[in-house]
Amino acid sequence: MRTNDVILRTTTTLIAFILLAFSVYLFLAGHNAPGGGFIGGLMTAAAIILMYMTYGIESIRKIIPVNFRSIVPVGLLIAVLSGAGSFLFGEPFLSQTFAHLHHVPIFGEMELATAMLFDLGVYVTVVGITLTIILTIANDQ
Amino acid sequence: MLTAIFLPLILACFIPLISKWKYSIHTGWFVLIIPFSIFVYLIQQVGTRFSPFEKTYPWIPSMDIHFDLYLDGLSLLFGLLISGIGTLVVLYSIYYLHKSEKLGHFYLYLLMFMSAMFGVVFSDNVYVLYTFWELTSLSSFLLIGYWNHRKGSRYGALKSMLITVFGGLSMLGGLLLLTIVTDTTSIQEMISQKETIMNSPQFGWILAFLFLGAFTKSAQFPFHIWLPDAMEAPTPVSAYLHSATMVKAGIFLIARFSPILAQSDWFFIIVSGFGILTLCWGSFMAVRQTDLKGILAYSTISQLGMIMAMLGFGTKIAVFAAVFHILNHATFKGSLFMVAGIVDHETGTRDIRKLGGLMTFMPITATLAFFGTFSMAGFPLPFLNGFYSKELFFDAALLHHFSVEGFAQLLKVIIPYLAVFGSIFTFVYSMYLVFGTFRGEYKERELKTKPHEAPIGMLISPIILVVGVIIIGLFPNLFNESFLAHAAKSIKGVEIHKHIKFWHGFNSVPLYMSLAVVVLGSILAYTRKRWSSVYNVIPGTLSFNRVYDWLVDKTTAYSEVITKGYMSGSLKHYVRYILIAILVVTFGTLWLTTDLTISNPDLASIGIPDMLVVGMMVIASVATIFTNNRIAAILILGVVGYGLSILFVIYRAPDLALTQLIIETVTVALFLLVFMHLPKLEKRNESKGTIFFNATVSILFGAMMTFVAIFSYSSKWFEPISDYFLETSVSLGGGHNVVNVILVDMRGLDTLFEITVLGIAALGIYGMIKLRRNKGEK
Repeated sequence: MRTNDVILRTTTTLIAFILLAFSVYLFLAGHNAPGGGFIGGLMTAAAIILMYMTYGIESIRKIIPVNFRSIVPVGLLIAVLSGAGSFLFGEPFLSQTFAHLHHVPIFGEMELATAMLFDLGVYVTVVGITLTIILTIANDQ
Repeated sequence: MLTAIFLPLILACFIPLISKWKYSIHTGWFVLIIPFSIFVYLIQQVGTRFSPFEKTYPWIPSMDIHFDLYLDGLSLLFGLLISGIGTLVVLYSIYYLHKSEKLGHFYLYLLMFMSAMFGVVFSDNVYVLYTFWELTSLSSFLLIGYWNHRKGSRYGALKSMLITVFGGLSMLGGLLLLTIVTDTTSIQEMISQKETIMNSPQFGWILAFLFLGAFTKSAQFPFHIWLPDAMEAPTPVSAYLHSATMVKAGIFLIARFSPILAQSDWFFIIVSGFGILTLCWGSFMAVRQTDLKGILAYSTISQLGMIMAMLGFGTKIAVFAAVFHILNHATFKGSLFMVAGIVDHETGTRDIRKLGGLMTFMPITATLAFFGTFSMAGFPLPFLNGFYSKELFFDAALLHHFSVEGFAQLLKVIIPYLAVFGSIFTFVYSMYLVFGTFRGEYKERELKTKPHEAPIGMLISPIILVVGVIIIGLFPNLFNESFLAHAAKSIKGVEIHKHIKFWHGFNSVPLYMSLAVVVLGSILAYTRKRWSSVYNVIPGTLSFNRVYDWLVDKTTAYSEVITKGYMSGSLKHYVRYILIAILVVTFGTLWLTTDLTISNPDLASIGIPDMLVVGMMVIASVATIFTNNRIAAILILGVVGYGLSILFVIYRAPDLALTQLIIETVTVALFLLVFMHLPKLEKRNESKGTIFFNATVSILFGAMMTFVAIFSYSSKWFEPISDYFLETSVSLGGGHNVVNVILVDMRGLDTLFEITVLGIAALGIYGMIKLRRNKGEK
């Protein structure tokens, strides 16, 4: 039984996008500014939870047809594989490296770090975990 | 020798296969070959020119534990007893145990025991000795509890197990000390180092521990109580374990180590003192028993005490007499147990009050019993071996040429009187045993079946033993030089030559002691009914069984009380124990550590925002304790969390502040989701004492943590590593956010496992909620 909450729904559409964008910013900026995979993941989860609170579980399932439980192992797998990748170069587990790229179209000067891949694993895992926990508890009778 | 030890064990593995055909051929026939072939092997060693030899097999060389086997006169004597009586007992058990019994179990345990006994007497390494020692305890436990559907069997098995294992563990302590003192694990090498052992400060402990081991195993006073209860075992087991072999393991231990230990006066005082006490108490108590095997059990106790006492004297004649009596006791006691088994088997009872006048029904058994008991009593007839060892015992007990001082002097004076006292009662119970069972009036109504003579197979073993009694009685010097002298030599260390004679002439004191025993014993035996009320005075209700029962009961009861006392099942109590334990340990360490300093070299200045935030957090914390509403408590707790993130901001930790902020929000939301379903907090009815106690513990704990924090801040011993991270964050990690570089690059492994932990938590929560079952649902 849902009351007519037009204001909530309208603001949510705006705020959720801002939150998602902010979370992506936090994630990408993590290496050089406050942020990173953990906070970024939490922020993304917060955006999705806001959408859940406004639209309900069915809409969320329709918009994001992903089982949040199954992205937990995906994230862990990304983190482990990014660490195991260093074996290919004869380095110890979880060795990270980085490179500066010059004259890239559009971006120009940019830095690429393998730590970003690891952080991506953290990000995906945290999103999966947070959503699994909260949605499981919230949807329990 | 190795074959002798392991042959029975190997055959034991095949017993279950063999016992499948037990209805066509009794399993015992297969088993019989083993002890007999070992006996034949060992008997070949006997001879005047026998000299000890040893064999070594590596077992655990890195710990200097080898399978050292050593065969000297003493081992040979015991080896022959074990294999010889073992053969006879197996033969006897073939007729004693019916085919419907669990024969596989019986012979398996028996072979295991035989192996263990061979191991004990042949091993030269103390740890190998201990291993086999415990195996004898274990297999005897199994044998006593053979009829495990009987309550008495289980009680007796448990009792013997507890007492002998207690002694076995003490012995292990003594052996460990011996190893430490001498730096060797071989007994023969220890004997060659006896001066080192004598002069070591641990000598007293070694002595005490070894005595405990030997006394418990050999049923010496006051550890004798397990032996009468072990009579619940089948009679072949009693005959084998509790007369000839296992109970002599303690004797063997004392004899084996006496070259080391006998140097001390305490050896004489303890071994002889307890031995003679056991002799008197055992023979005194035997007269009181009504069960045939009970009489024999106490009789065994007293005879073992006699051997122990002689080992304690340690004179040449005493050691020789001890060896001689080991042999004699094994022959007549083995036959008597078998006779008791026959009587039980043919009449259906072992209660001597129901028996009587069986001589006409069972003439052969009665004859065998006559030889056994009169030999046991030491009756002066030239065809009974018991008389010779008893007279040697009296001779030894007189302790001529034995110089001791102090308490030992007193002991020396009273030992001959105690020896005569014990022997008088030995005479009384021997007469009681034979005349009570076979003479007197036949009580037809008491017996369920009409008694008749036992089958010949059952009689063979006791006949062989009694023939042994007579042969040793007629030719006492038959085995002297070739056999007994070697055994005595390995105990005493010097050659002992002793010629045993029946007649010593009129001027020998032992003769008059023997005569006194016979005369007084006959009078007491004849008038037994008149004075048997003395047992209501001594021992009366005094009994070490009561002590044992009390110990076992109270240990169980009190451990239950203690466990129930602290394992209350209340989580609150356990948390309290943990906190108090941490408090005691930490404050104790702080108290004992003297160089604690409080210094403040680089404390930051405190600003007004800091104080405001901290003040807010303190107020919120205190408020959480006093609120009675769950939701309110969660929200107030949230204040503490947000305050913390403000502190992170102030102390310039933006990543932490961000994380703390979001996590705090999430946890508060989760708490709200979960606690909505919980009932309202109720006012708990706790006594003021409990509240005060909890408050004290909490305040002390807080104080402790404060102290620890202050002290650890005051003592910085090394430069922190953080400078390295700050310097190399860009050059090595390629990032300006040092926290993030540490998390994903420098210490990425921590992060990897932290997200794993979170993943497990998420799956756990999902599992708990989705997969739970309602009550009654399967």
